[in-house]
Amino acid sequence: MSNGYHIVVCGSLVPDPLQTLEPVTTPNGPSLKNEMMLPAALDPWAGHALYEAANLAKQNTETKVWLVSLGAKPKLQQLMMSIAQKAAFGFVPVDGSASGFLSAYDCATALSNAIKSIPGLDMQRLLLFGGWESASRGAGITLQLVGETLGITDQFMGVDSIQPNSDGSFTVLERVEGAMHQESLCAGAPAVLGWATGNLPEPVNNPQVGMINMRTIMPALQKAAKANISLDGVEYASVNLPKQLRDTRVVKDMPVEEIAQEIVNWIKQ
Amino acid sequence: MEKILLLNFVNNQSSDEKLLCEAVAAASNLASELGCIWEIGLVGQSVQNAANWVSMAGAAKIYGVEGDDYASSRYSSDLFAAEAIAKKANATLILAMGITRARRILPALSMRLQGRADTHITAIQAVEGKVQLSRWFYRQRMEAAFSRSQRPWVIGLEPGSFQGKAFQAGTAVVELLTLELPDLLKRTQVLGTKSPAGTTQTIRPDAKLLFVAGAGWTKKQSDGQTHVKEAERLILEFLDKTQSSLGSTKSLVDQSGEGNEVLGFMTHLNQVGQTGSTPRHPKGLATCCHGEEPHVVGWRFINERRAINTDPNCGWARGKADVLYVADAFSVMGKVNELLSR
Ligand SMILES: Cc1cc2nc3c(=O)[nH]c(=O)nc-3n(C[C@H](O)[C@H](O)[C@H](O)COP(=O)(O)OP(=O)(O)OC[C@H]3O[C@@H](n4cnc5c(N)ncnc54)[C@H](O)[C@@H]3O)c2cc1C
Repeated sequence: MSNGYHIVVCGSLVPDPLQTLEPVTTPNGPSLKNEMMLPAALDPWAGHALYEAANLAKQNTETKVWLVSLGAKPKLQQLMMSIAQKAAFGFVPVDGSASGFLSAYDCATALSNAIKSIPGLDMQRLLLFGGWESASRGAGITLQLVGETLGITDQFMGVDSIQPNSDGSFTVLERVEGAMHQESLCAGAPAVLGWATGNLPEPVNNPQVGMINMRTIMPALQKAAKANISLDGVEYASVNLPKQLRDTRVVKDMPVEEIAQEIVNWIKQ
Repeated sequence: MEKILLLNFVNNQSSDEKLLCEAVAAASNLASELGCIWEIGLVGQSVQNAANWVSMAGAAKIYGVEGDDYASSRYSSDLFAAEAIAKKANATLILAMGITRARRILPALSMRLQGRADTHITAIQAVEGKVQLSRWFYRQRMEAAFSRSQRPWVIGLEPGSFQGKAFQAGTAVVELLTLELPDLLKRTQVLGTKSPAGTTQTIRPDAKLLFVAGAGWTKKQSDGQTHVKEAERLILEFLDKTQSSLGSTKSLVDQSGEGNEVLGFMTHLNQVGQTGSTPRHPKGLATCCHGEEPHVVGWRFINERRAINTDPNCGWARGKADVLYVADAFSVMGKVNELLSR
């Protein structure tokens, strides 16, 4: 392809998966206990999207990558400390709540506005990347709405692979039922790709990339636009943790034959 | 007064009928709770068969969009067809079974209708005449029930969450909409489906048992050696004998990217958990898997859970399984296979 893609990755922070979460009620709807104090990580599927974007940029030096993130500014800054070394990107932060209980629609509006204001972004070359679902709301709605708002008519979800062709078209693999992939050929950008895991391992930290990124990240954070993310017509009746604990029977010192027999009986029940 | 449209894609697959029965049951139950009418919209290469299956289910009307342009799961044409049906039906609640084909278009559909969408809905009911939905947040870590003021409300139902009803088939009258798909919406060509490279078909959504293999299978064992080939043999033999579905931990599937010796048939599609799938099976057996929280959230819809681990303090021991066998999975699974062969 002659002049590369313009890849915008939408991805934000989510509570570290190893943290125990507890819902609390606030005047603005449900929230997580100590949300601002919880260690956060880059939303995993959005992370895969970012690494796939960086990989495409490696293959074509004219391909550019931006990361657009909506979150509380101090938390975004923390997140950048770990992400900035993983891939080169232009950072477009939006200061607002990343809560999974708040509106995907408000979130999509804020992200779309941020994307439209990226200087030099060519909408005809745009590949809008992100996770196909977040690890917070987990609805698979936000990225799709951003695509629709930007007038993009080709969307792919649960993407595990993109293979660009020399004419700008690409083939894409999407996850479908029964552990299969659907393969499609798209004429080219603009398109939305909501990533599943892809095929790339997490990149190793590159301090040089981190230094270059940080030069633009800090000023971008200072100028971050503010977004008001609301409940948007939703009224929560309840938010509950599932009954976490089972009464585990721990079987020690049982002969292998007996364990095997017990398992076989259980399977056949 | 609400009005319900059940939107359904016809894929010409064996699962079509089961999904449609589930969706129809959800829509008709809600309609009777609300005392409102409901209609069906079908999209696919040809929709008459599907319409016949549900012709006696009580829908006031069945709309259809059909033709080669709508044969396969393509975002642009699916959205175009769904939008046309939704505008024709003018419903306040649009329900769709959340298979990948439907889920991909529901958000944009809601936007085109100036409504809102919610997905992965596991329960739907009328509470004092008001529609209330339930879904999970933070990847199955907490469950919420909520209602919404906006209409139309596009609702993606989580497959497997609703009790399907079988209906007597008949001959349906379908109101077919004639649409002209613009060229701009034909930029994508669906080439087909395929299994991930080099894998045997190990994922069986309808299996009674989920068998999870963890990274322990590829780790050094008490003799200081790894036994990956032996692990492969034991796992495949068990899957073959029980026709269970194979799940994995992230650690195990990530190993291929890290250049370690791996189980050849495992891919990221097998991964269960926070960044993997949340399959639905009545039973699950975890082997050589530590039972860490990011993995176990993927077990939300597994009812009976057992685990085999050499570590009595692994995550499963802490209330995550019904039974933990503190034992060597190699020996136990060898014996299990032997018993299953008898
Ligand atoms: C952002 C993020 C997302 C994540 N998402 C997921 C996810 O979606 N799914 C997921 O699975 N994980 C996920 N994880 C990783 C998760 O935290 C754990 O690291 C992972 O599940 C551990 O995998 P494991 O149990 O196979 O491996 P290990 O932790 O290495 O455990 C191996 C186990 O095997 C046992 N063992 C070894 N030999 C034997 C034997 N012979 N017999 C019996 N037992 C034996 C050991 O005692 C040990 O318990 C995520 C982590 C992060 C940070």
